Amino acid sequence: MTLYYILKEFKFTSLVIHMKKDMGKIIFIEQNGAEHPVEIDQGNSLMELALYNAVPGIDADCGGGCACGTCHVIIEDKWFKQSGKILETESQMLDMTPERETTSRLSCQIKVTDAMDGMKVRLPEFQM
Amino acid sequence: MELFTSLIKKNLNVIPVYQQIQFANIFYKIKKKIGITRPIPEFIEAPIPDVNDIALEEIDVSNPFLFKQNRWQSYFKRLRDECPVHYQKHSPFGPFWSVTRFEDIMFVDKHHDLFSAEPIISIGPSPEGLEIQTFIAMDPPKHDLTRQAVQGVVAPKNLKEMEALIRIRTQDVLDKLPFDKPFDWVEKVSIELTSRMLATLFDFPYEQRHKLAEWSDIAAASPESTGGANADGDAFTAAAEVAKAFSLLWREKEAKLEAGDEMGFDLISLLLSNENTKDMIDRPMEFIGTLTLLLVGGNDTTRNSMSGGVLALNHFPEEFCKLKDNPSLVPNMVSEIIRWQTPLAYMRRIAKQDVNLNGQMIKKGDKVVMWYVSGNRDERIIEKPDQFKIDRHRARNHLSFGFGVHRCMGNRLAEMQLRILWEELLMRFEDIKVIGEPEHVQSNFVKGYKKMMVQLTKKQPIAEKE
Repeated sequence: MTLYYILKEFKFTSLVIHMKKDMGKIIFIEQNGAEHPVEIDQGNSLMELALYNAVPGIDADCGGGCACGTCHVIIEDKWFKQSGKILETESQMLDMTPERETTSRLSCQIKVTDAMDGMKVRLPEFQM
Repeated sequence: MELFTSLIKKNLNVIPVYQQIQFANIFYKIKKKIGITRPIPEFIEAPIPDVNDIALEEIDVSNPFLFKQNRWQSYFKRLRDECPVHYQKHSPFGPFWSVTRFEDIMFVDKHHDLFSAEPIISIGPSPEGLEIQTFIAMDPPKHDLTRQAVQGVVAPKNLKEMEALIRIRTQDVLDKLPFDKPFDWVEKVSIELTSRMLATLFDFPYEQRHKLAEWSDIAAASPESTGGANADGDAFTAAAEVAKAFSLLWREKEAKLEAGDEMGFDLISLLLSNENTKDMIDRPMEFIGTLTLLLVGGNDTTRNSMSGGVLALNHFPEEFCKLKDNPSLVPNMVSEIIRWQTPLAYMRRIAKQDVNLNGQMIKKGDKVVMWYVSGNRDERIIEKPDQFKIDRHRARNHLSFGFGVHRCMGNRLAEMQLRILWEELLMRFEDIKVIGEPEHVQSNFVKGYKKMMVQLTKKQPIAEKE
């Protein structure tokens, strides 16, 4: 990461572009199949990533407090374990949507990491 | 007395629900004659003083005339500024804490482990003898089981199916409205549309839909619960009628299901098809409670938002211009209407343990009232909160639906009804002018309108291009 900023500072543009390309992407997929690849910004929540990149279908009514269930996403099976642990409050909120699937998560509770490069995330048809 | 009560309880599931209510009523009347019933507070309207003329500890926001007399904004502002977690020792409903800032309300709402929703969410208790059990006033895990059984009624598949029907009914109501002469919006539009919606939700006989609105109003208007204007005996009469009507409907649908008919997506069919709730009719207080909850939840909330939106646009005419210029703002406006109106002013909790909230020590067993109506006007979180702004950023971030496990289950259905209403209104009317002052409901809980005279101006068709 530091090398990236140093290179930016000294305007090694082509190298920077090459590094940016390597920053990894998470792909949000709408119900209709439309894909939204989004660059990973480590440290943000998955919900914030979607909001900042204008991905439609996430409402985030409570602003990320695990209190509304409207940032519901469905993680691709093979990535589910890596998305992190589900605490009881999150599970309780998820239980309140009839659309809950086995790999459902509240995206405000997932911390985005570089290791999620290539992760596919489905958006439900409706939020709660 | 103990033996008598326990004998009654043993035989409860043999007697039809409505007869049990009638029995409870007789029991109550006997107790009253002997003089052992809980006194019911009387509410006589008196002018409410300016908030700056009284001491902080005298502020009592449980006054059911606060909205009617337009004192609520200044009262809650003073509390937010000077005493955000405020204890009122001597209200007609007993002592209670008021939580008035957005963030503190969010904290209480989220922490169902610290604050219980039982036994009821009004400041005062349920009417004596009518202690219905409803999942809005239950804690997990029981809350979760009941809610999950009914959440299908507002599931995506259902909402999609309902949209076309809601639109046809909306168009039908709006097309019958008079132009250029005053009429009562509340009666002709808000109540009519919400009653039709409720009849659909319950698959209730359409021609009797007005009863649903009447019962629902009574359910929220007992003086001892919310400072409402019910007369003595109103609640029992309504409860008995609800019990009878819904028991009949339940048995009808039960028979249909047993005969192998396809299950509908109405509320009672859903309850009948779920393992945890299919015998709910054998638990009368829970039966009435669940049905009443969905009735009340879908009734005056949506109704008062339908009226409130019209009033808001009258108070802020530049927003009406903005809306007509840009109808794509309707969905955002719907959220802003719900925030601005806050149709249910609060929800009440009881502390399960001692809790320190914003510097105040709330004791175990204390009543704690989350004033959504105040949090929705908290300038700390919402910019220029008294402004009605249809293009407000983050308009969905309001408290009217609550947060946490009790967050309003019908919120998307409410939004859909309001969206459709405004889409159809914009197609038909150039102006919806409020005439005079609307009449407010007497209640500390329901922030709503009994009557609102309006006059419509027809939208002129745009000249066709050659």
